Amino acid sequence: MLRTFKIGGIHPAANKLSANKEIENLPLPDSITILVAQHIGAPSKVIVSKGDKIKVGQLVATSAGFVSANIHSSVSGTVSKIEMVTDSSGYKKEAIIINVEGDEWDESIDRSPKIVANFDFDAKYISNKIVSCGIVGLGGATFPTHVKLMPPSGMKAKVLIINGAECEPYLTADHRLMLEKGEEILIGTKLLMIALGVEKAVIGIENNKPDAISNITKLSEKYNDITVCALKVKYPQGGEKQLIKAVTGSEVPSGSLPISVGAVVNNVGTTFAVYEAVIKNKPLFERVITVTGKSVKNPSNFLVRLGTPVGNLIEAAGGMPNDVAKVVMGGPMMGKSLTSVDIPVSKGTSGILVVNEKEGHRNEIENCIRCGRCIEACPMGLEPYLLMPLAENKRWDDMESLHIMDCIECGSCTYTCPANRPILDYLRLGKSTVGTIIRNRK
Amino acid sequence: MSKILTISPSPHIHQESSVSKIMQSVIIALIPALIWSFFVFGLPAVLTTLVSVIACVGFEWLIKKYLLKVNPTVSDGSAVLTGILLAMNLPASLPLWIVIIGALIAIGVAKMSFGGLGNNPFNPALVGRVFLLISFPVQMTTWPINNNAVDATTGATPLALIKAGLKSGTPVSDIMKELPTYSDLFIGNIGGSLGEISVVLLLIGFIFMLFKKVISWHIPVSVIGSIFIFTGILWLVNPDQNINPVYHILTGGVMLGAIFMATDMVTSPMSKWGQLIFGVGIGVITVCIRVWGAYPEGISFAILIMNAFTPLINKFVKPKLFGGKQ
Repeated sequence: MLRTFKIGGIHPAANKLSANKEIENLPLPDSITILVAQHIGAPSKVIVSKGDKIKVGQLVATSAGFVSANIHSSVSGTVSKIEMVTDSSGYKKEAIIINVEGDEWDESIDRSPKIVANFDFDAKYISNKIVSCGIVGLGGATFPTHVKLMPPSGMKAKVLIINGAECEPYLTADHRLMLEKGEEILIGTKLLMIALGVEKAVIGIENNKPDAISNITKLSEKYNDITVCALKVKYPQGGEKQLIKAVTGSEVPSGSLPISVGAVVNNVGTTFAVYEAVIKNKPLFERVITVTGKSVKNPSNFLVRLGTPVGNLIEAAGGMPNDVAKVVMGGPMMGKSLTSVDIPVSKGTSGILVVNEKEGHRNEIENCIRCGRCIEACPMGLEPYLLMPLAENKRWDDMESLHIMDCIECGSCTYTCPANRPILDYLRLGKSTVGTIIRNRK
Repeated sequence: MSKILTISPSPHIHQESSVSKIMQSVIIALIPALIWSFFVFGLPAVLTTLVSVIACVGFEWLIKKYLLKVNPTVSDGSAVLTGILLAMNLPASLPLWIVIIGALIAIGVAKMSFGGLGNNPFNPALVGRVFLLISFPVQMTTWPINNNAVDATTGATPLALIKAGLKSGTPVSDIMKELPTYSDLFIGNIGGSLGEISVVLLLIGFIFMLFKKVISWHIPVSVIGSIFIFTGILWLVNPDQNINPVYHILTGGVMLGAIFMATDMVTSPMSKWGQLIFGVGIGVITVCIRVWGAYPEGISFAILIMNAFTPLINKFVKPKLFGGKQ
């Protein structure tokens, strides 16, 4: 039986063009750009200088607080400079530029492909490894994983949910990981269960990936505390709150965190990275990224060293199409359009989507006809048609009482609006303004 | 790679939907009933529809260009739809100059003076019809002959005959003998407004719009259902003084009103529960006007009155919030 969330949701065309492409290694670039802000929380502190010789997996920037993360080099070579570069936000942030020389790895990393399923680590060891290896959420939010493993006092985790939904159209990185690294994902799940102190884990997978569902189900048979939950295909099923609702039936209360219903959610990519960190002593410096788009010659899934310029990925997928309108880092619903292809991929990059002129065309804005489709689509039960003019008229108090802070910025409202109204643009404006007002009250 | 990249916020894809596509779907849904009116009322129906549509589009264009001084686009199809709906609510033989006045009121007063599409609180076609009914009561209740009607001596609507009969004290069973049969009502072999007479063709339009996901079932079902239940109760209590509920829902523009007029998105509530409340309100008011009011039919007034309540319904009836109480 397929489970799903009850409120809202849309059904965009899946366009999983690269679903059957096995993960390939992307060739090493000439130089990489390591941003110090690749995660939610405080940017990391650089600990190397110009001229330093670096090995693959070497720590180059340290965590700057509890909500922060270590960053490691993905290549071997020499530090060329430390300067401000433009990242996917469009603003300049500090970054370490390393010229690539060879491919020499740190000796402590276990490079053998042998899958190790027997281990005797305790929660503290696993948690420390997650911290030292710089693991953050690879679903796109890049929340430092160790923070999720330490619930606030008074709250206890009851179930670990592994997010294999991959509900965004076009993206297939998690799909391929579940097919090619299924065993490792299950071991990673077990490690996270120990670190979190839970006795139950559920892996949620959308039903448009039947091969992944059957592979993971087969592999999970030997673990009697890990089950697979097949999910109805509906965007945004991969949203944390929607996933928890579908898998457990509980709705995270408005304004609260998932831990308040005893759930902790981790992406399958993060789970795989946890396996590599704990079992193979391998820090997070590479990840699977889907390169795709209707006009892309060879939509593919690449294993990419972080810091590689986006342009290298597009070249490897057949080159930049002639009718390109936007290059999006992420999926088509929530990804960020990039200012240039020199921008480097970072921990949160799950996909590079080339949007062509036809698909990316925004039609002229018309009056709201009060059709109510935005309300039907909103998975959080909000009223986008009303929140938009409130933001236009700076009615921040009204937006707060209409629960704007619950908005997960999924884009379903803008997607369905027949009058082509840029609803999410105004919701984001309202959310950031109201968020600032709330923070300044404290 | 020297192509210029576009920067715009997510989402970067959009559903294949537009306001004009929605209008087109509604217009297509109206076509069966419209063609039937041309068939049974002849040339007058064609002229009334044409004049109404041209006048509505023309007035919107003129007002936009010369009064509002904005780009006079009429391509979203909403003026065409208002024109057709207005025509469907009028007697097919109405003098054309009165039709034009109706179009001016519908577009100029009910729609453009509030800010155009999306900003009007009242259904424009109904405002036009009700204005004409009150200003030109004789012409608006002079019905043309239905060429397909069995008894084609007068074009009076069934409800008008019922009202007159009840007033003069005739028992219901005698009145019913003089009225068209249920199949006449269903197919449309009766007198009445241009678009209200054929129940089956209007229902076909309803199913088409449901299929195209242009409207949902909530408003039509709650309007028709509440009229049925209310008149049913009255009929059970006093069958000599009240017509049975089936006859009520098949006459007097209930189908046209419930399916095409009350469901106007701009003037109806946003949430599903709000729409049900809206529909029940329309049903109750319609029956009150029919049974105790001076007019034989009341659905136009009922819809306009409930349009006024829509903002209040929207304020208090909210969609279900994820994760808890409002």
